[in-house]
Amino acid sequence: MARVLLFGRLSDLAGWRERSFDPAPATLSALKALIRDLDAALAEAIDGPGVQAAVDKALVRGDVALSPGAEVAFLPAMSGG
Amino acid sequence: MITLTDQPFDAGAALTAFCAGRGETGAVVSFVGIARGEAGAATALELEAYPGFTDAEIERIAMAATARFSLHDHAIIHRTGKIAPGETIVFVATAAAHRREAFEACDHLMDYLKSRAPFWKKEHGPGGDRWVEPTERDIADAVRWDQPEN
Repeated sequence: MARVLLFGRLSDLAGWRERSFDPAPATLSALKALIRDLDAALAEAIDGPGVQAAVDKALVRGDVALSPGAEVAFLPAMSGG
Repeated sequence: MITLTDQPFDAGAALTAFCAGRGETGAVVSFVGIARGEAGAATALELEAYPGFTDAEIERIAMAATARFSLHDHAIIHRTGKIAPGETIVFVATAAAHRREAFEACDHLMDYLKSRAPFWKKEHGPGGDRWVEPTERDIADAVRWDQPEN
């Protein structure tokens, strides 16, 4: 089972903040394909400029393998302070 | 030390605690960021963090700053959740042997927090809610520190 977390405007767009995908997809691209089937607008936003992905709390670039218990977070442009 | 909290905190008390017991630190510089009301346009700010990721990323940058500016110590407290105008959002303190390093490290850490730290900020107002992304100025401020030093 993979856990997907959305932050910032992405969670408002999707209407959810956290969701499980069971069984876990083998790769990040396979997970994105599942998200595309679920919500095309969300998939487009996730692939849009300024959105980064983190797998198990580490930023990743491009496609990566997902472990069965992976936690995947999609992070839009950040702004603190 | 990095602290994320969803409760209001006293920046003055944090600074007093940070300064205590330092025999060899010649300089402490602190910054306090306060939520602006924007003349009624903002009724509250809401800051979202990714626990376990946000604090680890800030700690990584703070440790790099410690090496770069020869800091003796640093403290960062950052609010999350809903923040009313006038409440403290962020507190940064740096301690070094001399003032220049302490000033520069504090400035550097704030520029980082403003545009690169993993927080997401929503402004609530009478006209609705909006997500706030870093301004051009915020991005340019952070880029200043990317130039390698000789």
